[in-house]
Amino acid sequence: MTASAPEAPAPAGRAGEAERRAGRLPGRLRLPLLAVLTLLVALAALALGRYVVPPNEIVRLLAGQFLRVDRTWTGNEETVVLDVRLPRVLLSLLVGGGLALAGAALQGVFRNPLVSPDVIGVASGASFGGVLAMLLGIGSLGVVTGAFGFGLLALAIVMCIGRLGSGSPVLMIVLGGTVTAAFFSALVSFGKYVADPESQLPSIVFWLLGSLATATYAKVVTAAVPVLLGAAVVLALRWRLNILSLGDEDATALGVPPRLTRTVLLCAVALMTAGSVAVAGLVGWVGLVVPHLARLLTGSDHRVQLPAAFLIGGASLTAIDTLSRTLTASEMPLGILTAIIGAPFFVVLLARSRNRMWST
Amino acid sequence: MNPDSRTPAADHPPLVEARGLGHRYTKDRWIFRGVDVEARPGRVLGVLGPNGRGKSTLLRLLAGVARPTEGTVTAHAPVAYVPQSHASPFTYPVTDMVLMGRSRHLKAYATPGRRDRELAEAALHRVGIAHIAHRSYAELSGGEQQMTLIARALAAECRLMVLDEPVSALDLRNQARVLTLLQELAADGLGIVLTTHHPDHALHLADDAVLVLGPDDVRTGPAAALLDAEALGELYGLPVTTAQVTGPRGPRTTVVPDLGPARTGLPRPARSQETPA
Repeated sequence: MTASAPEAPAPAGRAGEAERRAGRLPGRLRLPLLAVLTLLVALAALALGRYVVPPNEIVRLLAGQFLRVDRTWTGNEETVVLDVRLPRVLLSLLVGGGLALAGAALQGVFRNPLVSPDVIGVASGASFGGVLAMLLGIGSLGVVTGAFGFGLLALAIVMCIGRLGSGSPVLMIVLGGTVTAAFFSALVSFGKYVADPESQLPSIVFWLLGSLATATYAKVVTAAVPVLLGAAVVLALRWRLNILSLGDEDATALGVPPRLTRTVLLCAVALMTAGSVAVAGLVGWVGLVVPHLARLLTGSDHRVQLPAAFLIGGASLTAIDTLSRTLTASEMPLGILTAIIGAPFFVVLLARSRNRMWST
Repeated sequence: MNPDSRTPAADHPPLVEARGLGHRYTKDRWIFRGVDVEARPGRVLGVLGPNGRGKSTLLRLLAGVARPTEGTVTAHAPVAYVPQSHASPFTYPVTDMVLMGRSRHLKAYATPGRRDRELAEAALHRVGIAHIAHRSYAELSGGEQQMTLIARALAAECRLMVLDEPVSALDLRNQARVLTLLQELAADGLGIVLTTHHPDHALHLADDAVLVLGPDDVRTGPAAALLDAEALGELYGLPVTTAQVTGPRGPRTTVVPDLGPARTGLPRPARSQETPA
């Protein structure tokens, strides 16, 4: 901001014009449209695969679980849709939505559009927890518990580092997150180094690459509890997140305690991230790219951007996961695909948006 | 002080009282100690001092944004703090920025409702920026940003507004806009505390003044009595003269710092003007 800039006459911009100029969706329709879009993606994901099930059969089949509907589908179709694809789609909706919402919340908390759930070290902590459980050979429940526990431990370490020193608390938390992530990454490498190369290493590597191939309803519940709990907290604080994104001084002046609000939000984000890593391994990029996409469509207001990020995150991970199991005969790990698609997509977003999403 | 100054009764109960205020950031160095200040309704309190003497710190303590090392700050009415305008990484429309002033009155999980929007709209009209309500805060000029932050404080339904250098980053015309608005708000009964680097502004606007000269020398009193050439010279550490000049809109006292030998010649003294310091 230049101090002496003359008061330029305002280019009379009404809200509608501003939205059109920014290529944003019209006000009240945004979230319903995105919700419908997400449902359509989920339906397509249920239909597609080596065994194609017609969408109308899927709708009848799903409705038939709750209502009286004439049985027109085959037993094979029921097995494929209900036992194989539905848990997987639910899981991708939860994991994608959770990671995207976590990223969107973190970008607001840290007032930095380049932050993603990996930055606060929770993802690294959670991945070490999972690797440790695999090394000890304590089963898939152990992997989930380990990922979850170490994800929260990483957050606790980061918060402690954030309290050290007298510097800006936001900067200390980001630095603490970087340090913690590096530390747990080293532990993960150590885990790989000592793992039995015949029996343990392949499963560890495959899990770290991220996958939803082993989706079950038990995993859906495991992910749903932390993700939905964290999402509820983040979405409830959507207005406070607007205020927090102005900076600590403004937040204090406006009667919003910055430290307390930030801590609550970080805990919710850690819950969502740890829950996601626990069931799906490391799935990168969703938490960075999707919040930007949401902001491009809805603007910075977290009241709209957060639910939009959740919906878009769920839809895009579902779409990518469907690609990962249909593109090639053998399944492609999810984390590889999200990175391959996410990185160039992010560049396109950056080029398209310039200063539209955030001011410099 | 202005001849037409409203000088509201100084015996109004104070909105904020500070008693024996002291603050330090490091153990061995006090920024100031033993400061007694009051802010009253309808009165403007100007805080002056050189850079780094704790003006802004004193202001933040009075606003309740920071806690004093010693002494007490008692607020008897809602106080709103207006920080210096700054860029935020995410940008919101002016309406939403003003609406954020309502947050103090909202539950943690709540979003602003109809009454909040009405109050925000009233604040936008009061400040005279309703026509830019839909523009993005980041695209505004410095003056408009400052007006937005003042509207945000009004939307909080404060009775005392505490502003950190509200005009320091503005050009002359926007300085006049903001100062006139603050005068009007004080005339409506709002208490106002502001820091400023311009003694002229304090003379123009303030009923009372605080001079932060040093850790143990903080003077408070009526602005007209306190802001003389001697005290200002001591405050800024350079010779200062005060002069009566007559501008197009009447006589005023202005403060002329002695900046050293001038590089350009004197302009013809056709018409007295405020000399930009």
